[in-house]
Amino acid sequence: MPSLDDYKGQDPAWCPGCGNFSILKAFKDAMVELSVEPFQLTVVSGIGQAGKFPHYIRCNTFNGLHGRTLPVATGIRLSNHEMLVIAVAGDGDCYGEGGNHLIHAMRRNINVKLFVHDNQIYGLTKGQASPTSMEGIITKNQPFGVLSEQLNPIALAVALDCSFVARGFAGDTEHLKWLIKEAINHKGFTLVDILQPCITFNKVNTFQWYRQRVYRIEAEYNPEDRIEAFKKSLEWGDRIPIGIIYKNNRPIYEEKIPVIKDIPLVRQPFDITRIEKTLKDFY
Amino acid sequence: MDYSIKIGGEAGQGIQTIGETLSKVFSSAGYHVFTHQDYESRIRGGHNFFQIRFSEKSVMASRDKIDIIVAFDKASIEQHERELSEYGQIIYDSSTLKQKYEKSYFLDIPFTELAVKHGKNKIMANTVAIGAVHGMLGMELDILIKIIKDTFIKKGEDIIKANIDSAIAGHDYAIKQCLKCSFATAPFTKPKMLIAGNDAIGLGAIASGCKFYAAYPMTPSTGIMLYISSKAKEYGIIVEQAEDEISAINMALGASFAGVRAMTGSSGGGFALMVEGLSLAAMTETPIVIALAQRPGPATGFPTRTEQAELQFALYTAHGEFPRVIFAPGTPEQAFYLTNKAFDIAEKYQIPVLILTDQYLADSQWTYDNFDISKIKYIDYRLRGDALKSLKEYKRHAFTNNGITPLAVLGDSKHLVVADSDEHDEEGHIIEDAETRVKMVDKRLFKKLPLIHKEIEPPLFYGHQNPEIVISGWGSTYGVMKEVVDELLSNWDIAMLHFSEIYPFPPTNKFNYLKVLKDAKITICIENNATGQFAKLMRTETGYSFNQLINKYDGRPFTIEFLMGEIDALIR
Ligand SMILES: Cc1ncc(C[n+]2csc(CCOP(=O)(O)OP(=O)(O)O)c2C)c(N)n1
Ligand code: SF4
Repeated sequence: MPSLDDYKGQDPAWCPGCGNFSILKAFKDAMVELSVEPFQLTVVSGIGQAGKFPHYIRCNTFNGLHGRTLPVATGIRLSNHEMLVIAVAGDGDCYGEGGNHLIHAMRRNINVKLFVHDNQIYGLTKGQASPTSMEGIITKNQPFGVLSEQLNPIALAVALDCSFVARGFAGDTEHLKWLIKEAINHKGFTLVDILQPCITFNKVNTFQWYRQRVYRIEAEYNPEDRIEAFKKSLEWGDRIPIGIIYKNNRPIYEEKIPVIKDIPLVRQPFDITRIEKTLKDFY
Repeated sequence: MDYSIKIGGEAGQGIQTIGETLSKVFSSAGYHVFTHQDYESRIRGGHNFFQIRFSEKSVMASRDKIDIIVAFDKASIEQHERELSEYGQIIYDSSTLKQKYEKSYFLDIPFTELAVKHGKNKIMANTVAIGAVHGMLGMELDILIKIIKDTFIKKGEDIIKANIDSAIAGHDYAIKQCLKCSFATAPFTKPKMLIAGNDAIGLGAIASGCKFYAAYPMTPSTGIMLYISSKAKEYGIIVEQAEDEISAINMALGASFAGVRAMTGSSGGGFALMVEGLSLAAMTETPIVIALAQRPGPATGFPTRTEQAELQFALYTAHGEFPRVIFAPGTPEQAFYLTNKAFDIAEKYQIPVLILTDQYLADSQWTYDNFDISKIKYIDYRLRGDALKSLKEYKRHAFTNNGITPLAVLGDSKHLVVADSDEHDEEGHIIEDAETRVKMVDKRLFKKLPLIHKEIEPPLFYGHQNPEIVISGWGSTYGVMKEVVDELLSNWDIAMLHFSEIYPFPPTNKFNYLKVLKDAKITICIENNATGQFAKLMRTETGYSFNQLINKYDGRPFTIEFLMGEIDALIR
């Protein structure tokens, strides 16, 4: 049985009070409760404050390029589909630089768990707008306020029939831990968009701002109803729902590849003598 | 016997099928065959051709002089009539071209009419043409009939019979009507293998244990992906068509990190998108093989044509400083063995290795007696299973004497594997201190480089042993250079140096090629680009400057006559 100590990584270089800390805590607690050993999982990340996440835990890690988390996670998962592969990203990282990859990961339905630390701002590069910044928000780089419409990742994911779509909040760690566990237990690609206040650069969407608006989705809500999920996904403003917004049972990509039906790619032997036979094709 | 056949027509008319079938017949007959293709970037229409040269002696390039032109469109006649050799013939069907040609070297064969009459379908016109070429050459149809049977085995007896009858009709018609045909073919010998550059790279990858190929289609690299997918089931390979080239290289890196041999491929524009991933491979010390199939640029340039203008791009692209290896095979055979070497070196040193090819090599077919599988090197350099479990401690980037830390497979043991695109410590975690940075650069770059350099083979030297004239080149110009040397050797003390292992630049200790160059009176660097990129590299790496350059940048490959003419003008 793993303990919290097993997951203890480097000391975080985040600003004291940053929402990332509670996500880290919820994540570690979830891993321990799920009895996942550090060597049994690989956390892939890109670049940003969120991208540093895997260094603050202990497990297999690939901390790659800005926006390229999902392709790397896909490559790892296809090579070893017995490995729990978790992708951690920032909103800029995943919805901005890596938007194309997100769309296609959802289409593939590769069994990768994506957790987006959505602080509605670029933290690491000091406060520029992100795709989820609300229209009108003024930053150093957006002196006239954000002019583009705010991206709604939840609605986007429901539209793409993403296998599991949820929203969490860094200010409700118990609920977030539950969501992380649900996502890991779900078979299929999961997007968990986590509202994470950046106390340094986002002076609008603060802990307090969220606390006034966020509510846990009602127990009677049926996340398997896609039309209802669309409606739920559009709620933003005075009331912001957190919880599982949509899920389905689409078959996962890995199961559709005959090559890895019996053994993961990484454990398949290679027999060079067969090449002789293939050479005959060229005569 | 040294004949060239050109099959010309619009895209969609089956030019390639005719060309491939005839090449297969000639290679099965035991002849040496060389083919090259010229096509436009369109699916239907335009003008394309497939050129085949065959002989009982070795052939490795195309000639300008054509002996038989099979014309399916007027452009085949307008553009290529003047290429006809002294006894050459043009066959065409006046009913489809809607024109009658009166000159004595034209032979009007009613392809369509014969197809309908004997094959019961006008689609058989192509088979009639193939049969007609046989008739003109005085070749019997045995090999063709066998190929038809093999090809259509699944389509049933009727299709087989229709094709055979059509071939016979074309054959007999040509024998009766081509009174001027004076071709004679050598006796058949042992069948040879016939293989194109892209297939050879794909085959080389499979033979090296490649298990993961991710790419986004782009001519002329697509053929590599297609070949590997055709064998995916048999060999247990995952071929993933990524959403873009950025994803392709990152997926391949993920797969490689997880423990399998991985490769990606593209052409210039797609490779441009992979550049950041190239640096990522270097920083995380993740092995990867990348095929860069050049086509003329800039931007999308000439999508289906050929050029060797991405050498400098391959050399200097990506940010930061790190070791990389670049191979540029000159033949399908070299492509096969160098792809294997690429995988070996990528894994051994945990670095990116690039295979530079181009449309000309990608699509051209060569014949061989065999590829020698015993020359294939397959060593699994990874730390896995019990070997990994028995280790007390594991650090992904631990400092070692030679800079290489074995790459452990994730999940095979309790040891954790950590990689980072930021500078990191021995374990793989982010650091910012100056001292570790220097040690890591030393590990990745300076310690590995001398070892990698030792692996590089010198250029191939061929021709006169004390040459006054030396021609040099790299990659796909190998064949044409060699044939030109053969032709000129009777009158000149000429030799060639062909570079296929380009970077790190070959050392001179195994063979002092610099002395050969310095001792010669005239040295010429031949490249399929406008600026002489290899000549520049030579100067940068060795200080040596070639006397003369021959550059061709019209999107077409060198032919023997063209290159001879250019060299002749420089040496006279
Ligand atoms: C290709 C590339 N472009 C730009 C950057 C610079 N950069 C680093 S992090 C970042 C944005 C981070 O924002 P987000 O993903 O929202 O993460 P956060 O820091 O807010 O957690 C940018 C633009 C980079 N590292 N790579
Ligand atoms: S800048 Fe914002 S996101 Fe980054 S650590 Fe500080 S509070 Fe957190």
